[in-house]
Amino acid sequence: MAFMKASSPHAHGITSTADVMQQVLLATIPGLLALSYFFGPGSVINVVMCGFTAVLCEAAVLKLRRRPVMFFLQDYSALVTGVLLGLALPPYCPWWIVAIGTGSAIILAKHLYGGMGYNPFNPAMVGYVILLISFPVEMTQWAAPRTVLAEGQQLVGPLSGLGHIWFDLPLDGYTGATPLDLFKQNNSLLVEHLYASEPLYATARWAGAGWEWVNIGFLLGGCYLLYRKIFTWHTPVSMLAAIFLMSVLFYDNGSSNSGGSPWLHLLSGATMLGAFFIATDPVSSAVSKRGRLIYGAGIGILVYVIRVWGNYPDAVAFAVLLMNIAAPFIDYYTVPRTYGHVKARPATEKSDK
Amino acid sequence: MSADYREISKNGLWNNNPALVQLLGLCPLLAVTGSVVNALGLGLATMLVLTGSNIAVSLIRKTVSDAVRLPAFVMIIASFTTCTELLMKAFTYELYQILGIFIPLIVTNCAILGRADAFASKNSVLPSAFDGLMMGCGFAGVLLTIGAIREILGSGTLFANMHLLLGPAAENWTLTLVEDYSGLLVAILPPGAFIVTGFLIALKNVIDAELERREKARRAAPVVKGSKRVRTTGQIT
Repeated sequence: MAFMKASSPHAHGITSTADVMQQVLLATIPGLLALSYFFGPGSVINVVMCGFTAVLCEAAVLKLRRRPVMFFLQDYSALVTGVLLGLALPPYCPWWIVAIGTGSAIILAKHLYGGMGYNPFNPAMVGYVILLISFPVEMTQWAAPRTVLAEGQQLVGPLSGLGHIWFDLPLDGYTGATPLDLFKQNNSLLVEHLYASEPLYATARWAGAGWEWVNIGFLLGGCYLLYRKIFTWHTPVSMLAAIFLMSVLFYDNGSSNSGGSPWLHLLSGATMLGAFFIATDPVSSAVSKRGRLIYGAGIGILVYVIRVWGNYPDAVAFAVLLMNIAAPFIDYYTVPRTYGHVKARPATEKSDK
Repeated sequence: MSADYREISKNGLWNNNPALVQLLGLCPLLAVTGSVVNALGLGLATMLVLTGSNIAVSLIRKTVSDAVRLPAFVMIIASFTTCTELLMKAFTYELYQILGIFIPLIVTNCAILGRADAFASKNSVLPSAFDGLMMGCGFAGVLLTIGAIREILGSGTLFANMHLLLGPAAENWTLTLVEDYSGLLVAILPPGAFIVTGFLIALKNVIDAELERREKARRAAPVVKGSKRVRTTGQIT
């Protein structure tokens, strides 16, 4: 009987970038379904437009940089960036928002730094932040979820949505505050009273109508990715734990000064999308396990701090970018112990000794 | 001598541009280039200080000992900056208020101290004055370009509020390029300055590389026009 000889490492499982990226795309589906169910087809349109623009930009820049276009397009990384940005953008935002956001994500944040694998910042989040600080009005208009629509009003249909996106045709009062928005604006009501008076909370089970299911959708997708070992558990778990701890600490027993319940912070805004799809980006995050725990916890704390004491209702993008720039610093201090050594060697030690 | 002056102007405007190559004076460059009028105001002020300080430094270059030259240069630059500040207060008070701290901060612009030490303290008065002027022009030119790009991207206008600097004659110079423009705010905010400056530096490098390539191609093939190829093998049938 002859055995095939194979040299180590005897690794099996997903290894190619394209496979990883395909799994990530697949895992966004539950969240996207929840978004479409509660807010109408806007997010699907966003995802399609962003994905298309991202691939187009990627191809154009690769051509300009005289790199093999098809080779790099087949790793799906541009598509993932586009899709993640599309999920983050408010539904029915005008087409030029999509174009500027995706363009700056791919060209500015990814290729100016050297392309796939060289970007210090998460491209989708750079695109999102550029949009958020440039067009605060357009970027803070979220659609109202179906459960709080007025009597007789319906969700925006695909055709009227497209008309609004491309030709700026008016849409009747489709926007509403997000749960985090409403909570931020509250400064006099007890949490209990606020929840009772606002249909956005009153029709919800834990955090905010629609939003909780969107977050649960992304949580499911994230669990699938964990199960497929696309990333390790360290970053998302430490990020969610940090948010949970911070919100328990500053809940203030539901007073008017409360920072919001843990459920509000875990299940609204971009928490789950950020924890499982953004913060786990292998290129821009910390590398070692210990480093990832610190990195995730930093994101969680920053998210809470900016949400509660900052100017913006949600903060995942800012928090991720801030920790992205801290990632090399974290790596420097969390070099793992090399096999065979008693202690971790300091990052400054020369390797040729 | 004329070749010398050509060299000086080429250095100041392009090859050794204080903003794009030496990357000196980035603080005002990034902070006040949100519009053309701010950029022009600061550019002119810097040019004035740079030329003046270069002349003064060149005049005293043989009397000040090496050990105390830097404090002396800083004193000279500070006095010229104060003069400029007073001038701006007198003639363009509103612009002075907009530019605020960045006018006094011209003192700390490294481009000025750099030119004083690297050029003016080693050359006679006329070349020094010319060097200051050309470096100032190079700096102001980059300021203006960045200011124009950021103003167009950020607010969709060009030459808005020019009367603050140039008097009532420039009251209606404002070009509105896009009506109802919602404004790419990031271009006016500090990150926009970094991004635009980065793109300008890249553009300069691209142009330089292209010029070099052409120069090389020109040198590599010294073919005289009208010369013919010579067939060395084979037979014409």
